[in-house]
Amino acid sequence: MNQQRHPFKKWLALVPLGFIVFLSGCELAVLDPAGPVAQSQKDLMIYSLYFMFGIIIVVFVAFGVMVFKYRDNKPNRKDEDYKPNLHGNTLIEVVWTVIPIIIVTALSIPTVTTLFELEKPPESSADKEPLVVYATSADWKWFFSYPEQGIETVNYLHIPTDRAIEFHLSSADSMASFWIPRLGGQKYGMAGMENILYLQADVPGTYNGRNANFNGEGFTAQTFEVQAQPQEQFDTWVQETQEQAPELTQDEYDSLLKPSLVEEMTFSSTHLQWVDHGTNAGRDYSIIRHRNAYDETLHIENVPGPGWISENE
Amino acid sequence: MQLDEFFVTGEPLIYGGMVAIALVTSAILFILTYFKKWGWLWREWLTTVDHKKIGIMYILSALAMLFRGGADALMMRTQLAFPNMQFLNAQHYDEIFTTHGTVMIIFMAMPFLIGLMNIIVPLQIGARDFAFPFVNALSFWSFFFGAMLFNISFVIGGAPDAGWTSYTPLAGAAMSPGPGQNFYLMGLQLSGIGTLATGINLMVTILKMRAPGMTLFKMPIFTWSTFITSFIIVFAFPILTVALALMTIDRIFGSQFFTLTGEGMPMMWANLFWMWGHPEVYIVILPAFGIFSEVIATFARKRLFGYNAMVWSIILIAGLSFLVWVHHFFTMGAGAFVNSVFSITTMLIAVPTGVKIFNWLATLYKSRIVLTVPMLWSLAFIPSFVIGGVTGVMLGMAATDYQYHNTYFLVSHFHYVLIPGTVFACFAGLVYWYPKMFGHKLNERIGKWSFWLFLIGFHVCFFPQYFLGLDGMARRIFTITPEWFTLNFISTMGAFMMGLAFAIFVYCIYYSYRYSEREISGDAWGYGRTLEWATPTPIPAYNFATVPQVNTHDAFLEMKEKGKTTFDEENLEPIHMPNNTGKPFIMMGILFFASFFLVFEWITLAVIGLIGGLVMMIIRSFDYDDGHHIEVDEIKRTERAARGL
Repeated sequence: MNQQRHPFKKWLALVPLGFIVFLSGCELAVLDPAGPVAQSQKDLMIYSLYFMFGIIIVVFVAFGVMVFKYRDNKPNRKDEDYKPNLHGNTLIEVVWTVIPIIIVTALSIPTVTTLFELEKPPESSADKEPLVVYATSADWKWFFSYPEQGIETVNYLHIPTDRAIEFHLSSADSMASFWIPRLGGQKYGMAGMENILYLQADVPGTYNGRNANFNGEGFTAQTFEVQAQPQEQFDTWVQETQEQAPELTQDEYDSLLKPSLVEEMTFSSTHLQWVDHGTNAGRDYSIIRHRNAYDETLHIENVPGPGWISENE
Repeated sequence: MQLDEFFVTGEPLIYGGMVAIALVTSAILFILTYFKKWGWLWREWLTTVDHKKIGIMYILSALAMLFRGGADALMMRTQLAFPNMQFLNAQHYDEIFTTHGTVMIIFMAMPFLIGLMNIIVPLQIGARDFAFPFVNALSFWSFFFGAMLFNISFVIGGAPDAGWTSYTPLAGAAMSPGPGQNFYLMGLQLSGIGTLATGINLMVTILKMRAPGMTLFKMPIFTWSTFITSFIIVFAFPILTVALALMTIDRIFGSQFFTLTGEGMPMMWANLFWMWGHPEVYIVILPAFGIFSEVIATFARKRLFGYNAMVWSIILIAGLSFLVWVHHFFTMGAGAFVNSVFSITTMLIAVPTGVKIFNWLATLYKSRIVLTVPMLWSLAFIPSFVIGGVTGVMLGMAATDYQYHNTYFLVSHFHYVLIPGTVFACFAGLVYWYPKMFGHKLNERIGKWSFWLFLIGFHVCFFPQYFLGLDGMARRIFTITPEWFTLNFISTMGAFMMGLAFAIFVYCIYYSYRYSEREISGDAWGYGRTLEWATPTPIPAYNFATVPQVNTHDAFLEMKEKGKTTFDEENLEPIHMPNNTGKPFIMMGILFFASFFLVFEWITLAVIGLIGGLVMMIIRSFDYDDGHHIEVDEIKRTERAARGL
């Protein structure tokens, strides 16, 4: 009987091992950080995973042993293996209460430290001023305003590498969650309120970002691309945009706020001159203009061929 | 309003649904008329105040809702199985995930468990019915009509589409015009009346109607978990009631509690919703823990390990459940300090939960495990739930939650706790107590097929979703990109396995009805430990001819050892029982129409309906029906027949 159990145990030990190999082997976005914020979150994740695997192994092994050893139809069961009135043991109960408390403490301390660190710009770029970008969600698109540069983009943005970005998050209408998995965790953008989120890219590249919080029919399509590039290239892009892109007029901005899907766009002025949706004064700017726009749906669906979303009006 | 606006048009799937509803309804009407069953239906079911029959109606409705919620799930998984899938459009997908979540939590999980509580709790404590049998019937009909109201949105008026959480401002009148969201509000409000009343009813029943000698700390653990759950219900549901009422007034009468205009506070909804919503999670998980404890002790044929620790951990979990609601929106930007506090309270829940897991494992130590179907469901719960539990702790760590929030990691986590927790418990409890309810066991062989298929399907479906979440797949998106294809396809396969397992389970009910051996002993499994097994099968209307004296945790075990029964011929007395009444059905039927009119904002009709409800309450206030007595002769006849004396 003992011989039966050994291969089973070995196989069990392989599960978490294979799991960690699998996790490190494939490039899941969250576990493939491109900046210090995502990196610190990944480190904390991996730290917690050790505890979780520990718990899982202990429980699974204990469970396997109990079910196997104390099944009624096991051959050659001995009578002393059945104690129907066994109902408590103070020592062991204290042990299995204290150990979880220790684990929770061990998890809480780095969680709290990381939480406070995430409120500040990353230390690795402390020598530089963060770049300020206003990220505003509107059904179902993103506006990125660079107040210092006086430019605005829709559904894409450029950021310099090795420099903290200070995102000012808000929304013109429904609540959205601003998320770039490879750069760091998300935060909500809400009308009439402003949230600050620090992110930073250390590796140049293109990263996917999206609204992660369901906010209506166009939610799936509310995505954007982040171009992270060295400071000089970023400066060139800013300059080109300032010189070549058209100015954003209030009429055009107001019509862009209407619930819809739009392409990427670039402007050489920002909407912040008329409204900042993150302030209490700006919270109903969009809804009083487009209150009736939600009566009709956009009929968003997949269509054959390339392009995975189409607006079929 | 035009007729084509009243009915939902333009979707082949919905036309199919309409045809199916019409066919099923006419089939039911035909069968009832053809077999002349209308009187039977009214006398035996619609007007009953018997906790056992009400429990059966709860469970049947919950199974129907499980079918509906499951069908929603399969449609979603089909749409997500391939990139560029053209099965559902975005709007339709939004409606389906909204109804899936709402139906599964409010109209499946809770009623299923309340159904089991209805049948079992009075039996476990040696009571003859609930403390308030009339209110119990009222609760059931309020749930039933609330569920019906929510479900007809599918063909009439349009389904809600703002998610089961219905966050404002999205769910407000401006961004979600039309009756869909009103169906959500009124459906939940109507059924919420019943849930709250059941909470009070169970609390009083357990406090006041226990058998002599059964102190609180001698109650069976399922009764304990029900008792604590009813406290959570009584404290949490008023919050939902108020929140729903405020949003209803916002949407229908133009107030601005949760709107963007007029200084409303949309984020207050999220707070109120989760101040109810998190305790709600424990409303559906604590009774499940109770069921597992009963089943494990029974089929391990051993006393439950650490009874006091089990009870205190339930109480602790219930208390903590009110202190963690912010973890549903760590990302709202409340700041590091607030998030730290709620992170720690959230992780603390792992401690009493861990204690419970170890107590179950210790119950198995030196036991004799009989692998029946209910035991299989309960055993499978332990490792599966642990995976859900540890990922819950990971989500509770706010700093990393920013990366898991709103993704399939979260989706996988809560399915990993709610399915092995609540759904497995529903199956375990139903199979375990089935002979008590219907007088025969469910077929073990078919039951095992359904169990294994469901268990494997569950893990195949949800395990890959952790990785999809880590790869940045947000929840509630209606279509996937090609790089997520493989894992999504595997997940969909698992979902269909679970669907098949459910179909086999339903077939098992039919097969057992036809072919299972009839059960007459009362203690169907032979290992019963608690008082529900002391009653004969079928259970007489009055449950216990004589209420036994209780001295230990496992009251029936002691009775068996001493050769006692609940039929002590010497000490029979006439038993006072409540009379059947149609008033709960009629009252809730009237409120159903009032709510329906309110959904369409037909105010005059709604007011008339509400007045009708008030009139019913007045009529009830002047109701002097004192019930009836069952005489000793009749008790003797019933017991002798049931016990084969």
